[in-house]
Amino acid sequence: MAKIIVVTSGKGGVGKTTTSASFATGLAARGHKTAVIDFDVGLRNLDLIMGVERRVVFDFVNVINGEATLKQALIKDKQLDTLYILAASQTRDKDALTQEGVERVLNELAQSFEYIICDSPAGIEKGAFMAMYFADEALVVTNPEVSSVRDSDRVLGILSSKSRKSEGGDGKVREHLVLTRYNPARVAKGEMLSVDDVKEILAIPLLGVIPESQSVLTSSNAGVPVIREENSDAGLAYQDLVARFVGEERTHRFLAAPRKGLLGKLFGSQ
Amino acid sequence: MDWLRFFKREQKRSASIAKERLMIAVAHQRSGDANGLRYLPQMREELLAVVRRYVQVPDDAVQFNVARDEGIEVLELNITLPEKQRN
Ligand SMILES: Nc1ncnc2c1ncn2[C@@H]1O[C@H](COP(=O)(O)OP(=O)(O)O)[C@@H](O)[C@H]1O
Ligand SMILES: [Mg+2]
Repeated sequence: MAKIIVVTSGKGGVGKTTTSASFATGLAARGHKTAVIDFDVGLRNLDLIMGVERRVVFDFVNVINGEATLKQALIKDKQLDTLYILAASQTRDKDALTQEGVERVLNELAQSFEYIICDSPAGIEKGAFMAMYFADEALVVTNPEVSSVRDSDRVLGILSSKSRKSEGGDGKVREHLVLTRYNPARVAKGEMLSVDDVKEILAIPLLGVIPESQSVLTSSNAGVPVIREENSDAGLAYQDLVARFVGEERTHRFLAAPRKGLLGKLFGSQ
Repeated sequence: MDWLRFFKREQKRSASIAKERLMIAVAHQRSGDANGLRYLPQMREELLAVVRRYVQVPDDAVQFNVARDEGIEVLELNITLPEKQRN
């Protein structure tokens, strides 16, 4: 049976799209047939991060409105034949995503995909709600920073009361904490909330910690999800995260600041 | 070197102040959430119906009070019986 996973956070700019792209790519690279959907209607971005922006012909809203078939709108990844992207519409119509429409598309995807990843927009408005509503599991993307943590807690409250699972008495959405843009050096100095702090406050299981990394920007410049960068700490952290998600044991790396030599200390960027 | 240590201490406090403030903000948010207690009005109606199978009581006879104490939620329930039913 297909699993629907929402990547959510409440707050914007914390790394949902970055995480959606790498998570979907990682699952697909392990042979799982995966679709990743951009729910950010009006602010399409996932296509750029996945490097498929020039191949978008039809989008999510076109499929909902019956202007295109799902098959026509799904963009197949160039490298992985197990990976498909469904782009967000650029329409400014807030009501373009209807609950019935979203459900219909998800049901159709569920017939041929193992994983369906929903990249949520920021906020707790309609788009975010639609991305969350049908989820079986949730990656709650959080930065070690006060407003992000509080927004994540808010989103957890909504997940536990306003989802198909909770409303149907069909158990609970399984929640995973993904702490991103983590800067171990600043944590060591006591300037930034630590993994343990955030875990204690949000009280959900930790799936992964992604360090603040320059390679996230450079890989987004190139339209290659950072998980494909073998030499990047963020990329490796996303690989670990995917491995844990499918049940492998991986210890958390990149929690401590890398030790710098004298030159690094003098010229280091952080 | 003392001033260095002074700054260190200031920074140490930065993350722990954030944590303290968050704990409070989040606790507040959770108690404000209708989440856990959404069922209360419905439960009140049902309890009232059960009580009325045995005694005739006014609509306000069933009263709830929810208290939180050290992470434990206590639901206090008061059913007021009409005068003439009492001994
Ligand atoms: N681990 C990271 N290290 C450095 N920059 C990051 C990291 N994760 C995300 N970013 C940057 O943060 C910004 C917002 O990321 P994005 O994934 O678009 O967030 P969201 O989808 O939550 O709005 C982007 O510029 C992205 O490059
Ligand atoms: Mg995004």
